[in-house]
Amino acid sequence: MALTTDEVRHIANLARVALSDAEVERFREQLSSILEHFETLTQIDTTDVPPTAQTLELVNVERPDEPRPSATTDEVLLNAPRRDGPYLRVRAVLD
Amino acid sequence: MPINLDVTAHEHARHLRAGEYTARALAEATMDRLEAQEPHLNAYVRLTREDALTQAAAADARLASGDAAPLTGIPIAIKDLLSTKGVPTTASSQMLEHFVPIVDCTVVARLREAGSVFVGKANLDEFAMGSSTEHSAFGPTRNPWDLERVPGGSSGGSAATVAARGVPLATGTDTGGSIRQPASLTGILGLKPTYGRVSRFGVIAFASSLEQVGPFARDAEDIANFLAAIAGHDPCDSTTSPLPVPDYTEGLGRGLEGLRVGVPDALFAEGLEDGVREAVEAAIEVFAANGASVTRGIELPTATAALPVYYLIAPSEASANLARYDGVKYGHSNHDGPTATLEMARTRDEGFGDEVKRRIMIGTYALSAGYYDAYYLKAQKVRTLIRREFAAAFERYDVVLTPTAPGVAFRLGEKTADPLAMYLNDLFTIPANIAGIPAMSIPCGFAQGLPVGLQLMARPFAEGTLIRAADAYGALTDWHLQAPSALEGVS
Repeated sequence: MALTTDEVRHIANLARVALSDAEVERFREQLSSILEHFETLTQIDTTDVPPTAQTLELVNVERPDEPRPSATTDEVLLNAPRRDGPYLRVRAVLD
Repeated sequence: MPINLDVTAHEHARHLRAGEYTARALAEATMDRLEAQEPHLNAYVRLTREDALTQAAAADARLASGDAAPLTGIPIAIKDLLSTKGVPTTASSQMLEHFVPIVDCTVVARLREAGSVFVGKANLDEFAMGSSTEHSAFGPTRNPWDLERVPGGSSGGSAATVAARGVPLATGTDTGGSIRQPASLTGILGLKPTYGRVSRFGVIAFASSLEQVGPFARDAEDIANFLAAIAGHDPCDSTTSPLPVPDYTEGLGRGLEGLRVGVPDALFAEGLEDGVREAVEAAIEVFAANGASVTRGIELPTATAALPVYYLIAPSEASANLARYDGVKYGHSNHDGPTATLEMARTRDEGFGDEVKRRIMIGTYALSAGYYDAYYLKAQKVRTLIRREFAAAFERYDVVLTPTAPGVAFRLGEKTADPLAMYLNDLFTIPANIAGIPAMSIPCGFAQGLPVGLQLMARPFAEGTLIRAADAYGALTDWHLQAPSALEGVS
């Protein structure tokens, strides 16, 4: 199925990726051809077939809730793009 | 004695224990060769000579105390998707160019405990998305068999450096074939373990229900020792299995007698290069002539649908996993936007390469309102059918045999313009990730002077069966002993 330019822009917005006009057009063509390839799945009968999310047969893996050492503030902030003392600095989201 | 860098890890281990050379001397000789090869191969994002020499000195102390493990003092390349404490870990992405992990991933921690020596961080397709290592922000890796060709991917740096006799061992990760396909294209062995056999803790996440860390090596014994060192339950990864890790060396030297081999001919009826078909047919003859019972034409009818299933599930999981790159906590960060939202979108446009964006977009679309049932849920249901088919096959056969890849190494740039053509490279490797089963690529010949690989798949946690078969096949053939010549005279 062929995607429209608006659909590509909508997906890009959901994914928070700023795309140039040239990128939008290139992705529109490439994503359309990839989605077309997915159409083959509609020919497979999956009536009453449960989905597989993961292949291990483990269910509800738990551990005792005990305190353990964790990373220090300095370690956590080691890679911070913008730091303000013991905090991450971010742009205001609301005015 | 002079150090021969072309030998396997277990041969180095024997020389080290006998005191014929030190781990320090081995590390220095290895780094000299890697530094000489690097301008030609670009197999590494970063070489770490100083760290390697420090680790080698510790290994020598351990060797002297008589407390050496099989990997003590052995040089190993670490795929740059695996976190290394204090050493930048980039995923070959601009997004993480300056990222320095504060912990080792569990695999690296276990290799450290084993006393191995890390030579550097190996190049990959950005975030492990690709089949050629051309999608690296730090330039493509080249194939040591022909420098104008790709080494496969995504673990192309790891495969190229092992094939070039730079190191005997390297770690890879395999989400849809990223260990096996580059092993095939460079003429070495590569194993994707059963999902849950090896910890993913500290491995930069791409598609969490599909990926596994695994070994590259040049013979089956090295694969056995390497897997034993990294496998097993990890309290930090709740998807690791509590099953005990068996002795993978038990199958060595046992031959092919009684091994039940199933060949799903229909799976590779189309799209296979002639030279690959001839090499694989000859390999099947070797199995049949040496005690294995080979059954042709076994049925895995839904396995051909594994490719679209994969290209829905993997991008969907990737779009969620890569949502964390928002420019706030770590990684590339744009500070020029008029709003917080636009800064985030620009951060991601600047930080991610095209293939990563493409997969994030596919995944976001497949998970978006109105399309979830038609795409993601449908793919998960077909995944169930594929699992069932493999489970049925493994009631009758010990291994399922296919080519690893449809062709030999292709030229740089040949497939980058057409994503779907690139995806078709993984046609035979993807089913094992979808089913969660172990699979291995073994060198089985040459076509046009380039290596061809054979893939063996087995039931969950039967890595030992694959190692036994690879060892037996390696004893009957010498394909895995062939070395590339493109770098002759370099170092």
